[in-house]
Amino acid sequence: MGEIIINRRRYQVAKADEEMSLLRYLRARLGLTGTKNGCEEGVCGACTVIVDGAPRRSCRLKVEAVLGREILTIEGVEAEDGRLHPIQEAFVEAGAIQCGFCTPGMILTSYALLSKNLNPTREAIRKALSGNLCRCTGYQQIVDAVELAARKMRDTGFVARTLSKGDTV
Amino acid sequence: MTTGKRESAYRNDAVIKVTGRARYADDHTFPRMAHCVPVYSDFVHAENLSVDTREAARQDGVLKVITAADIPGAVRFGQIERDYPMLAEDRILSHGDVVALVVAETREAALEAARQVRISADPLPPLIDPEEAFRPDAPVIRPGTKNNIVNHHKIRRGDARSALAACDIVIDHTFRTSFVEHAYLEPESAVCVPRPDGVMEVYGSMQHPFTTRRFVAAILGEPLARVEIRTVPVGGGFGGKDDTAAVVCARAALAARLCDRPVKLTYARQWSMRESYKRHPYVLHYRMGLNRDGRVQAVEARIIADAGAYCSTTPWVTWRSAVQCCGPYRVEHVHADVYGVATNNVFTGAFRGFGSPQVNFAVEQLMDMAAEKTGLSPLEIRRINMVTQGAETITGQLLNNHTVSIREVMDTVAEKIGYEEKRARSSRGKGDPENLYGVGLAICYRGASLGAEGMDFCSAVINCQFDGSILLEVGIHENGQGAESAMILTLQEHLGVDRGRITYRQPSTSSIPDGGPTVASRGTLMGCGAVVLAAKKLKKIIAEALADTLGCAPEKVRFQDDAILGEADDQRLSWDEAMRQLFLKRVYPYSFAGFRAPAVTWDEETGQGDAYFTYVYSCQAVEVSVNLKTGRVRLLNVVAAHDIGKAVNRPMLLGQIYGGIAQGMGMALMEKVETEGGVIRNASFRKYRIPKAMDLPEMTALIIENPDPTSPSGAKGIGEPALEIIAPAIANAVYHATGRRMDRLPIRIEKEDA
Ligand code: FES
Ligand code: FES
Repeated sequence: MGEIIINRRRYQVAKADEEMSLLRYLRARLGLTGTKNGCEEGVCGACTVIVDGAPRRSCRLKVEAVLGREILTIEGVEAEDGRLHPIQEAFVEAGAIQCGFCTPGMILTSYALLSKNLNPTREAIRKALSGNLCRCTGYQQIVDAVELAARKMRDTGFVARTLSKGDTV
Repeated sequence: MTTGKRESAYRNDAVIKVTGRARYADDHTFPRMAHCVPVYSDFVHAENLSVDTREAARQDGVLKVITAADIPGAVRFGQIERDYPMLAEDRILSHGDVVALVVAETREAALEAARQVRISADPLPPLIDPEEAFRPDAPVIRPGTKNNIVNHHKIRRGDARSALAACDIVIDHTFRTSFVEHAYLEPESAVCVPRPDGVMEVYGSMQHPFTTRRFVAAILGEPLARVEIRTVPVGGGFGGKDDTAAVVCARAALAARLCDRPVKLTYARQWSMRESYKRHPYVLHYRMGLNRDGRVQAVEARIIADAGAYCSTTPWVTWRSAVQCCGPYRVEHVHADVYGVATNNVFTGAFRGFGSPQVNFAVEQLMDMAAEKTGLSPLEIRRINMVTQGAETITGQLLNNHTVSIREVMDTVAEKIGYEEKRARSSRGKGDPENLYGVGLAICYRGASLGAEGMDFCSAVINCQFDGSILLEVGIHENGQGAESAMILTLQEHLGVDRGRITYRQPSTSSIPDGGPTVASRGTLMGCGAVVLAAKKLKKIIAEALADTLGCAPEKVRFQDDAILGEADDQRLSWDEAMRQLFLKRVYPYSFAGFRAPAVTWDEETGQGDAYFTYVYSCQAVEVSVNLKTGRVRLLNVVAAHDIGKAVNRPMLLGQIYGGIAQGMGMALMEKVETEGGVIRNASFRKYRIPKAMDLPEMTALIIENPDPTSPSGAKGIGEPALEIIAPAIANAVYHATGRRMDRLPIRIEKEDA
């Protein structure tokens, strides 16, 4: 039986489930429905999760392939005490949310971006987000949100904590 | 006028959406829930359909395989004509038709068994070209009809033929638009639960709970009161989760009723794109006549819209096209015919814009062409012809009950982007062929809400609790646009209370009267209208009950600063105290009010009448660069201005504008549903590309506010105006860059060899 770490918790994976996509495993087996299914063919980015620090499309990953790895889903982004992560706050404040179906994927992609670069240009943000489709917002307020999040993280010294791997955020 | 300055946004559903807690339809599960999948045929057009379900039914885990014969209620339904088979009966009219449903313990088992359903039929030649289908000798597609014409709207004003003959200049041009997919990010999904009390409860990804309820009740053959549609977050709709999504809910309800278990039916992206209706492709033939001074004298138009295999909302969509077929211009002589024509293509229906993006694409280019022919600037020719305060529209409506601001709106955009100066330095096909530059603009007015196409009313309930908290409920559905937040903000303003007191109670179809569909950019207008009226009633109830305590007449009671005040500021009850007093007096601080849209009129024969009770005014301008070697058009800048009456929630308003522009840009430059013999060739996100963050420039949105007297809150709508003129603005910019007229969507530049 393999093991998988999701949002800082360990799960034992039944052999029969190893063949499932990570997306279906998260949603159907663990009830972590914050990760969305927009296409199931690796195009829309709604299913984005973070695997060992990098954004990945969970619909294109077999559970088998992520055994022993550390996974962050949208449910694990807020602090344990329920405080929002600065990226989440920024999405709320910048009006970056409409239907919200792309939002979890957008937040996780932004999370990965800001872990590497806390001072991205708008152009760099657009580039980083180009694998995440949004049909509602025209992206502008999402780019605003990521800029705002970067500023919040710089101002509050959130940097170190998100940069070190395995640390809780 | 105000610009898009940062202002912290308010949304009641923001936190659940950034934490993954929002539960969309597919996120619901129930004990003993079974899974359902649709079965399609390979046919586009066929008769003598027979479906053999025996083998599929024998597969492991299969609970039931359902065909049309199992439907206890109506097989066919629709919003206007009841022609859409929720499961195909004896014939196939399009590649999107569903012939059976497989219900199984797991989705995998259902998918597996679906492959075992045997389908046979006698194929018929598909009719897929709407212009062919329009011909009198064309074979008739829909049984029981005389020809393929779904509807015909007319505008008859003056004498267009003679007027055209007398014009100095006549521009004769044909434009074509294409099939476009809504591409909401969340595919259709429904979970239906047969409740012990006999009611069928539905959690669906749909735009219109009440439309959905009609479909579900129809397929089950049960009364409306025994179907309860619950409100859950929807992952985008844009008009596309109207009948299409209602049918998905109806099928899941059918499976749930027949298996007597909760059933989930969640669409794969490919099914969604195969089956859901699209934006109508139009062929628009215009003859526009004008005098040398630039005054448009007459317009003749013949417009054909491809309705696909079923009626859906085609008559309503094309009605709007007819009303707005001359743009926001005064024209004395108009002879227009707009037809919806049936073909064997996947059907077409509501899509943000609803028949206006297509006519705007033609009209706004015609205006630029006319400018060129008369030697006027595109701004001047628009100024000469545009509607003004008190002017008469082409349907004979006097625009005198609200501020007609199209001039202000256009001038604002033109100045902001520096239109005239940029037009002067546009390339016109000269210069570096890999980097030609152009600026372009388009304007429009849009009739607010449903107009003469529907019954327009909506209600709200305000239910104040004795502890000071407040429940608000409105018959408008949150589609992701922020409708609930707009209504909360409206109530806050009108009651003068702290926002924190207000909880939006997500209505179900059993808790509030039918408020009509959340379409036609009517959510804010109608929903907030009902909230304002309900707040008025509530204040009257409270004022009458507390006037004595406050020592003044009820009319003098004031509501502000989270308190209720008499004439003097020291005669004051905090909101909490006021609610406690009402409890002691045994008075319910509860109100219900309906807002009925002002009357509209229409004459089908002449196409004359007061089509809409008010209008939204818009202008958008863009800068582009065109590379003739690669054929690529890049959008460099967008400036948009819209007079929406009043901004209720500014950041959300801006979001609607940006999002509408992005969708319109997709339609203009990227998106086309490719069909071959009625079969969609790009029914996946891999093949059908929508705009990404990198495809869009930074946009500037300007909000112009002239509070509208016909709207209790002063607000109109923005959802659709934002989308409907970006394509012609881009086409006009491409013309100024290249000197080539783009009369087809999406815009394709023929590559020049290096
Ligand atoms: S669901 Fe995985 S990329 Fe779309
Ligand atoms: S907010 Fe709806 S897809 Fe992005």
